[in-house]
Amino acid sequence: MPAVRGDGMRGLAVFISDIRNCKSKEAEVKRINKELANIRSKFKGDKTLDGYQKKKYVCKLLFIFLLGHDIDFGHMEAVNLLSSNKYSEKQIGYLFISVLVNTNSDLIKLIIQSIKNDLASRNPIHVNLAMQCIANIGSKEMAEAFGYDIPKLLVSGDTMDVVKQSAALCLLRLFRTSQEIIPGGEWTSRIVHLLNDQHLGVVTAATSLIDALVKRNPDEYKGCISLAVSRLSRIVTSSYTDLQDYTYYFVPAPWLSVKLLRLLQNYTPPEDPGLRGRLNECLETILNKAQEPPKSKKVQHSNAKNAVLFEAISLIIHNDSEPNLLVRACNQLGQFLSNRETNLRYLALLRMASLKTGPMNAMEKDVSVRQQAVDLLYAMCDRSNAEEIVQEMLNYLETADYSIREEMVLKVAILAEKYATDYTWYVDVILNLIRIAGDYVSEEVWYRVIQIVINRDDVQGYAAKTVFEALQAPACHENMVKVGGYILGEFGNLIAGDQRSAPIVQFQLLHSKYHLCSPMTRALLLSTYVKFVNLFPEVKSVVQDVFKQDSNLRSADAELQQRASEYLQLSIIASTDVLATVLEEMPSFPERESSILAVLKKKKPGRVPENEIRPALTHGAQSTDTHVNHAAPSAHVTAGVSNVSTDLLGLSTPPASSNVGVLLDVLGDNYSSGAAQQTPGPASAAAAVAQQNTYNPKKFVCKNNGVLFENDLIQIGVKCEFRQHLGRLGLFYGNKTSFPLQNFTATIVNADWASKLSIQAKPVDSVLEAGAQIQQMINAECIDDYADAPQMNLSFIYNNVPQKLTIKLPIFLNKFFEPTEMNGESFFARWKNLGGNPQKSQVIFRASQGMDLTATRTKLMGFGMQLLDNIDPNPDNFVCAGIVHTSTQQIGCLLRLEPNKPAQMYRLTVRSSKETVSQEVCELLSDQF
Amino acid sequence: MMQFMLLFSRQGKLRLQKWYIAHPDKLKKKITRELITTILARKPKMCSFLEWKDLKIVYKRYASLYFCCAIEQDDNELLTLEIIHRYVELLDKYFGSVCELDIIFNFEKAYFILDELLLGGEIQETSKKNVLKAIAAQDLLQEEETPQGFFDDHGLG
Repeated sequence: MPAVRGDGMRGLAVFISDIRNCKSKEAEVKRINKELANIRSKFKGDKTLDGYQKKKYVCKLLFIFLLGHDIDFGHMEAVNLLSSNKYSEKQIGYLFISVLVNTNSDLIKLIIQSIKNDLASRNPIHVNLAMQCIANIGSKEMAEAFGYDIPKLLVSGDTMDVVKQSAALCLLRLFRTSQEIIPGGEWTSRIVHLLNDQHLGVVTAATSLIDALVKRNPDEYKGCISLAVSRLSRIVTSSYTDLQDYTYYFVPAPWLSVKLLRLLQNYTPPEDPGLRGRLNECLETILNKAQEPPKSKKVQHSNAKNAVLFEAISLIIHNDSEPNLLVRACNQLGQFLSNRETNLRYLALLRMASLKTGPMNAMEKDVSVRQQAVDLLYAMCDRSNAEEIVQEMLNYLETADYSIREEMVLKVAILAEKYATDYTWYVDVILNLIRIAGDYVSEEVWYRVIQIVINRDDVQGYAAKTVFEALQAPACHENMVKVGGYILGEFGNLIAGDQRSAPIVQFQLLHSKYHLCSPMTRALLLSTYVKFVNLFPEVKSVVQDVFKQDSNLRSADAELQQRASEYLQLSIIASTDVLATVLEEMPSFPERESSILAVLKKKKPGRVPENEIRPALTHGAQSTDTHVNHAAPSAHVTAGVSNVSTDLLGLSTPPASSNVGVLLDVLGDNYSSGAAQQTPGPASAAAAVAQQNTYNPKKFVCKNNGVLFENDLIQIGVKCEFRQHLGRLGLFYGNKTSFPLQNFTATIVNADWASKLSIQAKPVDSVLEAGAQIQQMINAECIDDYADAPQMNLSFIYNNVPQKLTIKLPIFLNKFFEPTEMNGESFFARWKNLGGNPQKSQVIFRASQGMDLTATRTKLMGFGMQLLDNIDPNPDNFVCAGIVHTSTQQIGCLLRLEPNKPAQMYRLTVRSSKETVSQEVCELLSDQF
Repeated sequence: MMQFMLLFSRQGKLRLQKWYIAHPDKLKKKITRELITTILARKPKMCSFLEWKDLKIVYKRYASLYFCCAIEQDDNELLTLEIIHRYVELLDKYFGSVCELDIIFNFEKAYFILDELLLGGEIQETSKKNVLKAIAAQDLLQEEETPQGFFDDHGLG
């Protein structure tokens, strides 16, 4: 049994020992019941117990209660102890009551009387004991009974410090129970001035109280701001010896500092410049101290110091008035994230999360910080919180600074697309974007929603219904008209069954916006109208009337005039079948990287974590030029043939007057991404270099789309698709100059591969207008395996100077690969089968630009074979399988790529059933990594 | 504001409990059980903080005893760890190399010391010297009393 301090109660110690010696739960219960019976009989007995015995038994009961047993007697004896003139008995009485008395006990009146007596005692120890009891019970009765005495004790001049401390917290406890207890008027200033008290213990306790009072009535207590700031300033500038015992492990008054920093978070930053400067100095000092070497290795030192630091960071975030402090605070949090102390990492993450919502509402001033917050939100977004974060960003967008709106719109659009499980949500988000920030919704964003709606038939009806509703707003953004026009033109039939959105209603709704729109939008609407003629024959005459209007048929805008007249003729001349073919529903768009993401990457090189960034060619996609491209729709519609539909809607609208570059198929593909890989500098700089400066057809071994060639006259984009032994290539020739390119020809070079690869190129127009773009379709069929790739001769006259180019088309043998999935067993079986020397080909080569295995992986995936995981025992090695399709045969092919990191070398082994294929695959891949 | 503090052993035995808000006994027992189980299941290197309902739990182990506090969202976690540490220092100073047994046999003293450190769930006195002075003053008051009932108290009481 350890020594018992003070006036130890031996009987109690013996009893506790007994309990501890009990071997079983039953024995313990037995011993306790025996004791309870004993105590009960003593309390009931005729023999009056003296104070000591009462104290001892009450203490035993308390112990039994703390062991987890119920106690239903002894309360009266405990209350009797309260009025004992012996302190130790009184103290035990109070303890029992604090622990065991319910707030609604009948005894409460008696208890209150005893407390009253003790509060009036001249002995501060008794007074404090009474206040501890009040605070422990903290009931309404207590508040009523002592609502007068406690505040008096708190501010009275002759109260001792220790009593003031207790009084402050006791009052706080009662205030939490019943708010009306705090007297107003002159009391306010007296309470506030406790912050100036000489005794740090009093100030610490009072700050807790004031913090709670401020929360209820900030205005009344705002006098505390200046006092708190000067108190804080005195603490942070003091040396750790100044505050004596209030310094905790070399940190001056950490508890008080934290409380003061908390208190200030109830207010906006002080308006008085002097005060504000002083506060900022304090915060700066705290941040500076964080960078000093620690004064002690003990965790207590670092905890106390960081507690203050975290609270200072919270205040900085809350105040949001000093950009440089905010940046420092964010950096500090960043530092904590890499700290080896788990506790600090946890807290840093927590604060960062508070940055997430906090700054969106509060931070109105510094754009760069809000930019950070937006970035953080974007980075934090995942499937679980996407809806919440997108909503948060949408809310914020309404008040966001103009300079970051466009980027926010892009980010919202990307997140909504990336995390949409329900595409109706996605459609809602984008339409909301247009509603809230229509001016900042760039073309890519609304193109993308159309792509997605076209590709997902489950959302088409919903989209039609939603845009129809959105268009009913009296003032809707032009972008909404565009989206609405396009979607109703495609899917208006899905809602036409409803009387409220009957064809004629849809038409009238759209047409009511027509006169308010720019020519580009009008052009789009005209296309919608001609689609209506196909979808709803009943509106034909109304639509024809619109086409016939002078404002269209004789529009000053050539594009509108052309569309109106061509569509009018189409609706008059073409049979229903022809009309249906020409105006067929849009085919699905190939799924690929969101064009919006590409734009974001371009805007923010480095911020978007990916290897492809595109510093150049920013104009096209962002152009606000509303000029509609002539060539495409007009030429095709008059021809009235099948591939009209792709361009009919005037969605590709390159800025015709621009000579800096050409926009290539905005709908989806961003060729510029490929361009940037090849043109490291801005286009103008690149243009000064020799002609074939951005030409590397081998880039296309592992990808299908991008800029194939570019110089200062012309940009050639390519997009291709392959299936089995067939391939289809779209070449896009863009004239970058301000002069037309005359005598334009593009022909395939005939060579020995012609028997193995059959290629047909459609003829192209002989004039490529300034700033315009034309498209050439090429079909390819693989007859037998071949080496390298076919070539094409290009010639044109620019400014009376003939130009000639030869480019390689990206039709490599590997394009005809079909990926083959197989398990390890069959892979190794085949690998062995193909072990003979002629079928095997091997090369060893040096890694060309550092060994980035994820990049290697991505490339291999683009190569066309199936990348097989978990087959090679070495996880760094890559293993692939595929079949080359030709119209005459199929050639199985296996591949293994072994990176050797220390040597920065790769070894590539290819085995296939045909020697030439193995060699060609080796050849194609050997300079890719 | 701290809502409660629990001290329990590695075996899960509750050694001290201090509640700064009123809960029915049943709920207190439930909360206690739940937290003891949760905390004992955690590995030594884990973070000292956890989210629990709308509260933050801060805990630390000293030898065989776990000290566990529940604080509100506004409270500072790191400083709560230091409240625990300060309490341990006070117990240590008072008992002289405190051990679990000291707290078992002198639980009332453990309460008295805690009441000087915290009041109504808020820190009252952060100075170690001042708390010890207050406790010493109480002990002094006791010693002025004449020991009573010494004879009838040899395990017979």
